[in-house]
Amino acid sequence: MQDTDRQGRPVIVVTGIGLVTSLGQGVEANWAALTAGKSGIARISRFSVANMKTAIAGTVDFVPVEEMSAPALSERLAELVVEEALGTANLGVGGAFPGPLFLALPPVELEWPQRRALAEASQAGDTLAYADLLRAAGANDNRAVYRRFLFASVGENLAARFGTRGSPIATSTACASGGTAIQLGVEAIRRGEAEAALVVGTDASVNPESLIRFSLLSALSTRNDDPTKASRPFSKDREGFIMAEGAGALVLESAAHAKARGATILGVVEGCGEAADGFHRTRSSPDGKPIVACMRNALADAGLVPEDIGYINAHGTSTPENDKMEWVGVQAVFGERASSIPISSNKSMIGHTLTAAGAIEAIFTVLSLNRGVLPPTINYDTPDPALPIDCVPNVARAAQVSHAISNSFGFGGQNVCVVIGAPT
Amino acid sequence: MHDRDAIVTGIGLISCLGEGVDAHWDALNAFSPKIDDTAFPGFPVHPMTALALDKHISKREQRQMEPWQRFGTYAAGAALEAAGVKGNAELLAQMHMIVAAGGGERDYATDEAILTGLPKAADPAAYLNEHLLSDLRPTLFLAQLSNLLAGNISLVHGVVGSSRTFMGEESSGTDAIRIACARIGAGQGDMFLVGGSYNAQRPDGPLQYEMGRALWKKPFAGVWARQEQGGGLILGSVGCFLTIESRAHAAARGATGLARIAAVATDRCGRRPGDATANACRQIAALGTSFAQASTAAISGASGVAAPTQEEQTFLRDLGLPVRAGATALGHSLEPSFIANIALAAIAISRGKLFAPLEPAEAPMDAPLKDVLVTSWGHWRGEALAHVTAA
Repeated sequence: MQDTDRQGRPVIVVTGIGLVTSLGQGVEANWAALTAGKSGIARISRFSVANMKTAIAGTVDFVPVEEMSAPALSERLAELVVEEALGTANLGVGGAFPGPLFLALPPVELEWPQRRALAEASQAGDTLAYADLLRAAGANDNRAVYRRFLFASVGENLAARFGTRGSPIATSTACASGGTAIQLGVEAIRRGEAEAALVVGTDASVNPESLIRFSLLSALSTRNDDPTKASRPFSKDREGFIMAEGAGALVLESAAHAKARGATILGVVEGCGEAADGFHRTRSSPDGKPIVACMRNALADAGLVPEDIGYINAHGTSTPENDKMEWVGVQAVFGERASSIPISSNKSMIGHTLTAAGAIEAIFTVLSLNRGVLPPTINYDTPDPALPIDCVPNVARAAQVSHAISNSFGFGGQNVCVVIGAPT
Repeated sequence: MHDRDAIVTGIGLISCLGEGVDAHWDALNAFSPKIDDTAFPGFPVHPMTALALDKHISKREQRQMEPWQRFGTYAAGAALEAAGVKGNAELLAQMHMIVAAGGGERDYATDEAILTGLPKAADPAAYLNEHLLSDLRPTLFLAQLSNLLAGNISLVHGVVGSSRTFMGEESSGTDAIRIACARIGAGQGDMFLVGGSYNAQRPDGPLQYEMGRALWKKPFAGVWARQEQGGGLILGSVGCFLTIESRAHAAARGATGLARIAAVATDRCGRRPGDATANACRQIAALGTSFAQASTAAISGASGVAAPTQEEQTFLRDLGLPVRAGATALGHSLEPSFIANIALAAIAISRGKLFAPLEPAEAPMDAPLKDVLVTSWGHWRGEALAHVTAA
């Protein structure tokens, strides 16, 4: 492997990975379940789903946290995957990681249990107003709640724990956030600011209000009776995504640095591309132009042409709109080859891990190339004639692939594509 | 002079002091505090000036937004206009955007109604679900998501080269500026729109910082004067966006630079006494001899919160530069606070002099101004320093 690419920039490799999803904890448990076509989607048990239209999700219920909240569990999941990734990489263990932290994090906001606690403490009369909460906020010591619900707290705590360098950057580009975090890491190493970067995507925001907000946008599947069959990307009868939790961590490193210390190279981040969509807050441009642009930008950044790509890890959310538009984009970029390139969606099994999806799915893409197995798209029983694709239906497939792309598209029109290469 | 210098070519700034570069310059030189102490009695905030929103946001789009997004989208439009690129679809398609964001407003009436009903409900969890489902506006989510300020700017102004949102209070703004300048320096982009907004006139703003015991709840006093009485921050509504581009890019399109961001550094620490000072000293040392004491001023991002403000005050005193605390005039605006202070620095640099002291602790500066050091010590975490100089 060369130290620099055709543009003279450092080649960037993946030397450490860590995963936790509804399928389990750790890279091996996840990979085994994913390639066996198992689903992590289940009926929600964390909170009451009374009156909910959607009662299923891919929650991570096996990781305990004190004082449960989205940032608390997001932080804990991030800790677990970072520990695993540092162990794989054998770099920066012991709280001294030699590079910056880029964190894809869900937006943080005071949640109902904390809001209710303030309301109770206010001892307001018959009607409760924000003025009562404000009064209660200062009457007792709520500093721990305040810190928990600062946007900076997860990144700060991770940076302090793992000893990353400089100011930690927490990013949100909605469902493309994980891809954005990878891109920030790649750019930092290319600029020569560091030889390594720690990239984390984490999301544990399955709570009543988040679920309802997505539900009100008619974005979620309501197939509550058969949770494991609910996520069905590219199927004719797909009808929404499944909210899910999880985290993924990648240790990115310059190839020169990795080789010098004798690290095992798991994969190569060959390029990244992004493009924003100015069409609509939740829908893609009908012509798919930004989706096309982000894939083309990524290929150009990697110095590759469409013919070089042998696998597409799809955004594939299982919404009618996303899967159709992703196909429009793939067709535009790959032309006649579009129908013969394997395109599978991890979300058929782990659901949509939202902020974390770009990182988790990039890791699965690294594993797909590294181990020569393409994970399936499960629940593909009713093909959509409008999407004539090879989605690796239902069963994993052995395949040696040199270059793949992983797509992430977010509400708000933020699209990211990451090009992953096999270790050579 | 270098082709890849980071040049500020457009400023969009709105706050309690008014709208635009001239309004801010005039207000800063004849400073009187603009405070709203009626919205949240006992919790003063700096309110946003009255805006003619139609100038930069259509009525139809305004209806999709709450104030936080309106402030930001408006300021972004003003920055693009000032840079002479508003509506230039070809250029905007290549423009990269980095937004520093918190979250959007909630439906406060719904929150209050639910909190009123919950204690009486037979099944509180079912009650919560039922009312969230029936009472929340479906589109409100899109006014709340952190990345949707950027989404709105893409939609309204057509900035679609790329879009990234950073979160994390003050540090989101400092890192937004740092990454934009670093990418320009390294050739990872030629033109950026960087900014953010904060709405102080929403009840969950004071609520969060009151939980943190961070608020100043007495009659108005400047950031430094507050320190004799325990300190505290006054939140301020601010929208600020900058267009920052490489010198070569600005020159090629005939744009005038207001100032150059010669350096920007960001870091964190656990805030034991002296930690933040150590970070700031390293950041100053890295600037070397690039500025001359006699023609340099500091614009501080001090929030007013006691421990970091007092430590920074000592650090600034040791530097021996004339100091202005932006938050005294604008209020503390968290995400955009550093960006707004960079804007104030750029305005001062472009006029060759520092604005008048905002309170007695600040010394006047009569000498010509050539360099400004802009600090941001977050009220909880994050230390940043920018060096702003002539374009």
